[in-house]
Amino acid sequence: MPTDVEQWKSELYGTDIREHIERFAETGWDSIPEDERDAWFERFKWYGLYHQRAGQESYFMMRIGPPNGVLEPGQFRTVAEIAKEYSTGPAENPEFGNGWLDVTTRQAIQLHWINIEDVPAIFDELEAAGLTTMQACGDSWRNIVGCPVAGKDEHEHVDALPTIHELNDRFKGNAEHSNLPRKWKVSVTGCREGCGQGDINDLALEPATKEIDGEDREGFNVRVGGGLARNEPRFARDIDVFVTPEQAADVSGGISALFREYGDRENRYNARIKFLVDEWGPEKLRDVLQEEFVEFELHTAGEDLRSEYSYNAGEAAGKHDHVGVHGQPDGNNYVGLNVLVGRIGADDALDIADAADEHGSGEVRLTQRQNIILTDVPDERVDDLLAEPALDHYSPDPHPFMRGSIACTGTEFCSLSIVETKNRQVRYARWLKENVALPAGVEDFHIHLSGCTASCAQPQIADISLRGMKTRKDGEPVEALDIGLGGGLGEEPQFASWVTERVPADEVPGAIRNLLANFEDQREDESQSFREFVAARDDEELAALVEPEETSYDDPFMHNTKRTWYPYAEEDSLDDSPAPASPDGTPLSADD
Amino acid sequence: MATELRVLDDGAWISVDNQRRVPNSDIWPLAVTDFCGCETAHVVLEAFTDVGVDRDGVAVQAVGQCIDCGTEGALDWLAVGRVRDGAFHPYDPGELRPRLEPGNDIR
Repeated sequence: MPTDVEQWKSELYGTDIREHIERFAETGWDSIPEDERDAWFERFKWYGLYHQRAGQESYFMMRIGPPNGVLEPGQFRTVAEIAKEYSTGPAENPEFGNGWLDVTTRQAIQLHWINIEDVPAIFDELEAAGLTTMQACGDSWRNIVGCPVAGKDEHEHVDALPTIHELNDRFKGNAEHSNLPRKWKVSVTGCREGCGQGDINDLALEPATKEIDGEDREGFNVRVGGGLARNEPRFARDIDVFVTPEQAADVSGGISALFREYGDRENRYNARIKFLVDEWGPEKLRDVLQEEFVEFELHTAGEDLRSEYSYNAGEAAGKHDHVGVHGQPDGNNYVGLNVLVGRIGADDALDIADAADEHGSGEVRLTQRQNIILTDVPDERVDDLLAEPALDHYSPDPHPFMRGSIACTGTEFCSLSIVETKNRQVRYARWLKENVALPAGVEDFHIHLSGCTASCAQPQIADISLRGMKTRKDGEPVEALDIGLGGGLGEEPQFASWVTERVPADEVPGAIRNLLANFEDQREDESQSFREFVAARDDEELAALVEPEETSYDDPFMHNTKRTWYPYAEEDSLDDSPAPASPDGTPLSADD
Repeated sequence: MATELRVLDDGAWISVDNQRRVPNSDIWPLAVTDFCGCETAHVVLEAFTDVGVDRDGVAVQAVGQCIDCGTEGALDWLAVGRVRDGAFHPYDPGELRPRLEPGNDIR
C-alpha cells in the first residue's frame, strides 16, 4: 500500500505547490488547516521549505541549491541580504548571534527561522537574482554537486559545468521527474582529483575517456546507487556506461525515469535507488535502462581517472579541500575561505560579498567541505583580498582543526538529530587548536560530526567520524558520540568503522588528543598518513588507541537538547517556547 | 473520528492528528524484554519505522540502541501513548515500561 506521503504527492506535488504556499503566506500560519499540516509540510519541501523541529512551530528552514554550488556575481549578496532581513529567530545562538547562513555538504545554503508569511517576498528576491529553492528538498532532483571549481580548475579533464547546467535546466521543474520515490542526489565531475564525491550520490557522472569510432572522446562514466544514510552506506556502483557530454542528459533522465518507475513507493526506508541496485545488481539496471529508458545504444564504460583521485584520499600530500589561493587556467586565482562548520553571519556574508565584488568577479562558490571560494581574482588583487578583515575569521590559511571541522544542523533545528552539533564542533575545534599539537606532517585533519545516522555531515568519509548517540555517565543519560575511523575517498574509497561507541560528548576531545598522540608514537615514520596508519590496524587495535578522557574541555550541551525548544535559550524547556509566532515574533496561540 | 497516526521525516517523530507528539532520541526504559541482556534495557529510539493502534493504545516500531550495553536492534511495538475521548496522551518516556506489546492486534 502506498504511504501517506505517496498519497499526498499523487494528489498535489511539484510546481502546483507554489500557489498554495503563496495562499498560506497571504492568510498566515494559522490558516494552514490543522488537519492538513503533515501533508502541506511534506509538499513544501519540494520548494525548499522544511518545517523546523518540535518547539519551533511556524518556523521553516529554507534551502537554496544552486547547481554545483556556483553563485553567480550578485547572488551571494542576495542570499546574505535575505538572511539578514528574514532569517532571525526568537533567541540568539551564543556562537553565531542571530541571522546567518549555513553552507551545506551538498553545496547548498540553508536559512532558518523563516516564516511562511515572508516566503513570497523571499522568492521574489531570489528569482530576481536568478536563484530558486525549487527541488532543494523533497522527492526529486536536488541541486547537482561537483567539483566546486569546475571550469576554473587547472586539473580538469573536462569542464562539467555546461553538462551540470543542461541537467539542471532539463530536470528542475520537469513534471516527468518531479515526483520520484525519494530524493535524487546527483554528482557530475570533470576534474582529475575526485572532489565531486560521486561515490556517495544516487547518480554519479565521473570523468572518463572512450574511444568511439576511432576517436578518443572525453565524457563521463556512470555510477548509480551511492549514499550514506541510515546505517546503510553504499558507494555508487559501476553500471558499465560511458556518456558523451551530449548524451549525459538523456541517460541521466533515463536513470531517473527508471527510478521513478521501479523505486519502492511502499516503504520510504527502502526507497533510495541504492536498495534497487542492491536488489537488481548493476548489470540488470543497465539492461533495463537500455531496454526501456534510452533510445540509443549505450556505450560501455570508458577509461576512468580514479587512480589519480587525490581528494580526501588519505595521502599526506593529497588534496583535501579548496582552501587557500590557487591558480586558474585563465591566469586569475580562486581563493578558498574556511567556514567553520559552514556557518556565516549575515553581516560577515555581506562583507565577503563586497570583497568578492572588489577583488574578483563577484562569483562565490560553495564546497562540499562547507567552505566558500571567491573566484577570478587577478594576481595583483590577491594581497588586497587577503588583507580584508573578513578573512581574519574566514581564513584562507586556517589551523587544521578549524579547517577540517564539519557539522550538520543538529538538534538546534533538526527533527531527526539526537545531539547538538554545530556549537559543539566549534568548541571541539577551538579546544583542539589550543591543546593538541598535530603530529609532524599532518596539515589536513578532518572531523565530521553528524547528529544521527542520516549522515548529513558525511561522517563516514572523514579522518575522525563522529555520530550522535546517548550514553550514561555518573548515572545520568548524556549526549554521546560514536567514534569512527578509516573513512575516506580516492581510488579505494572506504567507509569508517565505528570502533568506539557511546563516548560521552565531553570526553571526545580527550579521545581525539589521545588517539593523535598514539598515532604519533606508533606510526612507521612521518610519511605515513593517518588514514594509512588506521588502515594497517583492525578495529580492536584501533579501539585501544582511542582513550576517551575528561579534559579541560567543557560541554554545555550534555543534557537532552532535543527536549528543549532551543538548546541555547535561557529558558529552554518546550513549555517556554514562543512558537508558533508571527513574523514580528508575536507568539500565536497553538490552540487556535 | 478516527485518530490519524503516521511516521514522518525519516522516522524522526510520530504524528498524531497532524501534531508532532512523540519524538525520536528519547530513552525508554524497558523492564521485560529480549532486546538485550540488561535487567532493564534503556533504549534510545533512533528512528521510528511504523506506528499502529491496539484498541486505544498507540504503539511504535523503531530502531534503537541500549545506552548501557550498546545492543542495537529493532523494537517491535512499544506502547508510547493512549487515546482517550479522542485525545492523545503520550506516555512519559522516563517511566519504566513493563514490557513490549505483543503486537498481534496492532493495525
